Amino acid sequence: MKLDSKAPGGSLEGKWDRHRFELKLVNPANKRKFEIIVVGTGLAGASASATLAELGYNVKTFCIQDSPRRAHSIAAQGGINAAKNYPGDGDSIWRLFYDTIKGGDFRAREANVYRLAQISNHIIDQCVAQGVPFAREYGGLLANRSFGGAQVARTFYARGQTGQQLLLGAYHALMRQVQAGKVKMFPRREMVDLVVVNGQARGIIVRNLITGQMESHAAHAVVLASGGYGNVYFLSTNGMNGNVSGLWRAHKKGALFANPSFTQIHPTCIPVHGTYQSKLTLMSESLRNDGRVWVPMQPGDKQLPNDIPESERDYYLERKYPSFGNLVPRDVASRNAKEMCDQGKGVGPTGYAVYLDFKEAIKRDGVEGIKKKYGNLFQMYERITGENPYETPMMIYPAIHYTMGGLWVDYNLMSTIPGLFVLGEANFSDHGSNRLGASALMQGLADGYFVIPYTIGGYLGGTRLPEVSESHPAFQESARGATEAIGKLLSIKGKRTVTDFHRDLGRIMWENCGMSREEPGLLKAKERIPALREEFWENVNVPGSASDLNQSLERANRVADYLEFAELMIEDTLSREESCGCHFNVAYQTDDHEAMRNDETCSYVAAWEFKGVGKPPTLHKEPLVFEYVALAQRSYK
Amino acid sequence: MSKTIHLTLKVWRQKGPGQKGIFETYEAKDISTDMSFLEMLDVVNETLVHQGKDPIAFDHDCREGICGSCGSVVNGLAHGPEKGTTLCQLHMRHFKDGETLVIEPFRARAFNMIKDLVVDRSAFDQIIQSGGYVSVNTSQAPEANSIPVPADMAELAMDAAACIGCGACVAACPNASAMLFTGAKISHLVLLPQGKPEAAKRALAMIQKMDELGFGNCSNHKECEAACPKEISISNIARFNREFLKASFVSAEKMGEETKAGEDE
Repeated sequence: MKLDSKAPGGSLEGKWDRHRFELKLVNPANKRKFEIIVVGTGLAGASASATLAELGYNVKTFCIQDSPRRAHSIAAQGGINAAKNYPGDGDSIWRLFYDTIKGGDFRAREANVYRLAQISNHIIDQCVAQGVPFAREYGGLLANRSFGGAQVARTFYARGQTGQQLLLGAYHALMRQVQAGKVKMFPRREMVDLVVVNGQARGIIVRNLITGQMESHAAHAVVLASGGYGNVYFLSTNGMNGNVSGLWRAHKKGALFANPSFTQIHPTCIPVHGTYQSKLTLMSESLRNDGRVWVPMQPGDKQLPNDIPESERDYYLERKYPSFGNLVPRDVASRNAKEMCDQGKGVGPTGYAVYLDFKEAIKRDGVEGIKKKYGNLFQMYERITGENPYETPMMIYPAIHYTMGGLWVDYNLMSTIPGLFVLGEANFSDHGSNRLGASALMQGLADGYFVIPYTIGGYLGGTRLPEVSESHPAFQESARGATEAIGKLLSIKGKRTVTDFHRDLGRIMWENCGMSREEPGLLKAKERIPALREEFWENVNVPGSASDLNQSLERANRVADYLEFAELMIEDTLSREESCGCHFNVAYQTDDHEAMRNDETCSYVAAWEFKGVGKPPTLHKEPLVFEYVALAQRSYK
Repeated sequence: MSKTIHLTLKVWRQKGPGQKGIFETYEAKDISTDMSFLEMLDVVNETLVHQGKDPIAFDHDCREGICGSCGSVVNGLAHGPEKGTTLCQLHMRHFKDGETLVIEPFRARAFNMIKDLVVDRSAFDQIIQSGGYVSVNTSQAPEANSIPVPADMAELAMDAAACIGCGACVAACPNASAMLFTGAKISHLVLLPQGKPEAAKRALAMIQKMDELGFGNCSNHKECEAACPKEISISNIARFNREFLKASFVSAEKMGEETKAGEDE
């Protein structure tokens, strides 16, 4: 299979303009003849649904929550980047493009990333017009802050709730189109299959989570915006209902899955406190601006932190990275915390935590000064842990946070199945092997508001699409398959709960395919995952029936997919013979223990083709060609 | 410091809409005080599954207090006893060993029962559909800084916009009123210049929709404000009332002078 990125030629700045001109248009009267399905109502799905409906298409939108406003985009705290250059500090579209490409460690497509930077400014305009209450200066103009190691202040924010406010903006636009009759909203539905007819994506099967009914929906194109797959690790900062199922089932129907090994770990999360733990909570990494990270020098030192004298503390980030200190990028901070804990220097009841100490900052700025900056974060920390961070150092540990991999898409955001488009975190496209802070919100909204409305028109206007309805045998076949799988899950009545299996899978993935990876561990995981999957299908206990709200069954369905998907992640991790961004293989590192890329042989997107459960997938490579940026080694010394 | 406690739970169990519900009693043993309330329910559910019983159904997703999915009434209080805290962020250290907890769904005429602690809050979506937005299509927006917004206005709008749509205000209100939810949305939008052109139309439409859906009126009990996990102020209800009055007396909509610009749908 030849992967054609369809990235247009010509100058980098002119590519998107030219492409839009070359795309076929659908005339306004014809738009209402097309049905489009959108799965997911996060930033990408909600913005796409609303915009496509505004253009005149008939849209059917699906989400698993009870309301589209609850998608996990809502949990993003920090902000959204744009190249407005309002502070006049030297930002530009080019700089945002370059920072994103470099931050991704040169594993993303130049043309896509440049378009993202170009679109970023329109997103801010759109959100402000919708009434998103961004932070403002006293003069009434928009405020910016710097974020995630960027040297310019280009991040727009709404307190610590930027994701929520942007999602509400998109949700309002979506609700307006529901009222106008252009979007039909289907909440509490979970996609269980993609329906492909004559090689084209023509619909989906969803399970109604209240009635348990399988419902068929036909359309002229399908847009997947179902988020990332961080919950393969069991514990992550993702919402509990986050899943890979939509993507995985499309993958099994022929959509290639790209770079699944690229998963991001956030360094400042609240540590795990017990086996019952259901999820992890992130605290903004802005805390590292004033907090100092340390561990006791003596492994196993059980003294209370305030009793450990300065001479027995190791401020390891300041020691190892004198110029960036506590502000090293996410991946470097995370790996170092793990290294300390692996050496037995971890703190807290589990030994998997490091201190983040504000004592010096409090001495310098006073309690009030720190409260003003971080009051809400300190409050959140105290609410969860019961400890007062003004008096005793915080404990933090890294957690899975975002997944850069996803279904492979071309420049039009179309997967390898014609008519199946993939947006937001669900696709692989813009962040390479590491996403920069405040860039996820930007990409989700860029895809939904400003890319898909053009490119889907190009597809619909330029493709012959024969009449297909829900009575087509392909729908019945898909629904039958999904019903059978559910019947099977309910009939096993084994000894272990779904959560139990999920926790086991998470442990395998976190230990062997987490912050740092090496071949022996990966090979062990490769053996253990199929065995665990086999046991799952023989020994899982899913209570209840298929014909009403059954949350255990929902989870079982998702874990079944994770148990297949995890194997692909391991395969991808093993095949990439380098370290890059968040993918750190200990065999490929510099003398200073930094990620060592191999641009000669590994400058490609790994796109995997499904060949059957338990069968080795086929790797297709899309070479990455850099015409405009010079590849450089990251250094934070 | 972390310790473990034992609790007795009396949980509302109801198989489906229109079916008879009862309180079932469960023992929650060895509950770590570091657990969240929902993690405690997870532990009880795991035990129920092992006993061959149906686990307790409850809505939840982000578990960090922002998505608005979760919510139950605990000992008579929506989201439980901690001020400004969603159920998922309520931790077990706030309960005593040996305590009995009564756990019920958010009950209101406009929220239909689905199962156990799960109710249908789609009426909130319908209120927003009736006018809780600014009518701007993608690509129509002017440059973001072309309309300055006073910082204090933006802050006030943000205070109101922090609503997570969980429904605790409705569950806590003796009249099952949605005035705090709707008032917060009205305030968020009318405090910003972008939301002003449609202010009158929005206030009239949203009030009408609220009534139609079976939400009660506000009689100043302030229970909503006390239960709100985001501590949304009832001053938003006062602003909503002002907007409604203004719209009723002086707006073009009310005086039968609908303009073309108003007919955006």
